[in-house]
Amino acid sequence: MFDIDLWREIFQSINKNRTRSLLSGFTVTFAILLFTILFGLANGLNNTFSEAFVDEASNAVFIRTGKTTKAHKGLQAGRRIQLKNQDFNFIREEFDAETEYIASKVFKNITASYKNKKNNYSLIAVNPDNQYVEKSKVNSGRYVNQLDLENKTKVVVIGKLVEEEMFSRESALGKNINLSGISYKVVGVFSDDGGDDEERIIYMPLSTAQQIYGNNDYLDQINLTYNPKFDYNQAIDFGLDLEKKLKSRFNIAPNDQRAVRVFNRAMQNKGINQMTSVLGILILVIGMGTLIAGIVGISNIMIFIVKERTKEIGIRKALGASPKSIISIILIESILITTIAGYIGLLLGAGILEWANTVLKTYFITNPSVSKTLVISATLILIGAGTLAGYLPAKKASKIKPIVALRDD
Amino acid sequence: MLEINQLQKSYAIGDSSLHVLKGIDLSVLKGEMVAIMGSSGSGKSTLLNIIGMLDEADSGDYVLDSVPIKNLTEKKAAIYRNKFLGFIFQSFNLINYKNALENVALPLYYQGLKRKERQEKARFYLQKVGLLDWQTHLPSELSGGQKQRVAIARALASNPKLLLADEPTGALDTTTSSDIMAFLQQLNEEGITILIVTHEEDIAAMCKRIIRLRDGVIMEDKKVTQVRAESHV
Repeated sequence: MFDIDLWREIFQSINKNRTRSLLSGFTVTFAILLFTILFGLANGLNNTFSEAFVDEASNAVFIRTGKTTKAHKGLQAGRRIQLKNQDFNFIREEFDAETEYIASKVFKNITASYKNKKNNYSLIAVNPDNQYVEKSKVNSGRYVNQLDLENKTKVVVIGKLVEEEMFSRESALGKNINLSGISYKVVGVFSDDGGDDEERIIYMPLSTAQQIYGNNDYLDQINLTYNPKFDYNQAIDFGLDLEKKLKSRFNIAPNDQRAVRVFNRAMQNKGINQMTSVLGILILVIGMGTLIAGIVGISNIMIFIVKERTKEIGIRKALGASPKSIISIILIESILITTIAGYIGLLLGAGILEWANTVLKTYFITNPSVSKTLVISATLILIGAGTLAGYLPAKKASKIKPIVALRDD
Repeated sequence: MLEINQLQKSYAIGDSSLHVLKGIDLSVLKGEMVAIMGSSGSGKSTLLNIIGMLDEADSGDYVLDSVPIKNLTEKKAAIYRNKFLGFIFQSFNLINYKNALENVALPLYYQGLKRKERQEKARFYLQKVGLLDWQTHLPSELSGGQKQRVAIARALASNPKLLLADEPTGALDTTTSSDIMAFLQQLNEEGITILIVTHEEDIAAMCKRIIRLRDGVIMEDKKVTQVRAESHV
């Protein structure tokens, strides 16, 4: 039911009363501008938080072992617990449904040399899943793969800083690097958001390291990520269950704190998450407050407009305007002004955030943008707000008695 | 055309009530030109408002063109006003941001006519009041007499059965008043029934019948010999 004449009436009314329309629009623009900036800043703050913890996957769990501190099942305290390939396989099979990626690691410190350059780096032998657990990005070449594991190939994947320091301006890809006397071929270069230390690492296939540096199947650490669908409580339960099963596998006393340590990111995340959600609620409350203030503002102006137009409405009624047509005129005018003015506020706010992006970075606010969903929902809220703000005044206008209005000189 | 029986109306003023119309009986035939006179507070405007369906009587019957006007919903009253009545006011009551043509076309918009048809009709009535050349002017660009002519054209546009005029010359000087009255007389001769509320004797004398109200009752109701208004246009 598109009534072109109704729209013509409304546009004429808006156009011929520009000051009035601009003034009421300004209130809305300002409210939405504040709302957008507030939301953007909050978003930026949230981004800063989540960026601070992106080093490893946020659902990571680390397993390390040490010496037992308590005697258990006839075994003495002080026994060394050693993780082996079979333990890795045990976890992978036992917790197949609960784990997303699982990687085992062996740590070594080596001296790397290339041509006349020499430097110390930490060498970590891993399996392919480690890339996802560590959230490393492969910049060129490839990561350690399954074939490397099977063939125990002598290849390495080096961090970006290793490449810079050892190979100057050349590409390291395909070159041979000497690690404590053994030559390896560089097959990939990676970068990591975790900082410089994370980019001074050299990765090699696990099986290669196990053969060369001990000829055993020992592991120093197992890293895994739990099922990303888990909520915090499920994730924490999983971690506790994992610890319990490992303790019984190694015959460790349940209250032994040192022999097996399961470090669960979920524990840490829970706290951060609670903080961000409190922040979110705070922002929502303030944002809604601003929006409500805006709505009350337009509502006020619409009431004033109705008062100003009392006579006109009286004339229209005397000429045969139905109450419904009076409501339509006032309501649609309100919605139109609110939506257009609000949109201007939204664009203005987004523009200011974009512009202030660099300045704000110093104040721990990262990328303070507003999302597409927010823009769409804000538009819907605006239309709703316009309706809300216009409805009462429109209803009031429709109840104006023509004689009262016409007497109002 | 118009039948009124024992019409009563009172207004509440604080705790007491003011009895404005105390049983009015009135009958107007088609083609009449009636002046309703009385001092302020006599109830003449209230009577006109009730006839104009802008106000509702407390009791009594009102039949307009064989349609009983009683317990109207706002919507129905709007339709009847649009169909039966044309209003002319002392202060013209034109919409100030609409030009002459748009003002005249407004009642036709509420009749649901198409834009083209509305403008054609509105032009016809503007021509009739002699203001076709002024169709794009805003009310603020027109003289008092011209404004009242636009208002008359607007009242005529919906082709009403009855023209109601509340002090139509109250805001105009003598010459312009005379012009407007001459025009109303001309319309009356074309067969339009006209009711004029006024307190000016010379305006009333230009009608065919004078009804005098005092304190809410009809004091006098007589036919008079019409004085021809002098047109200066």
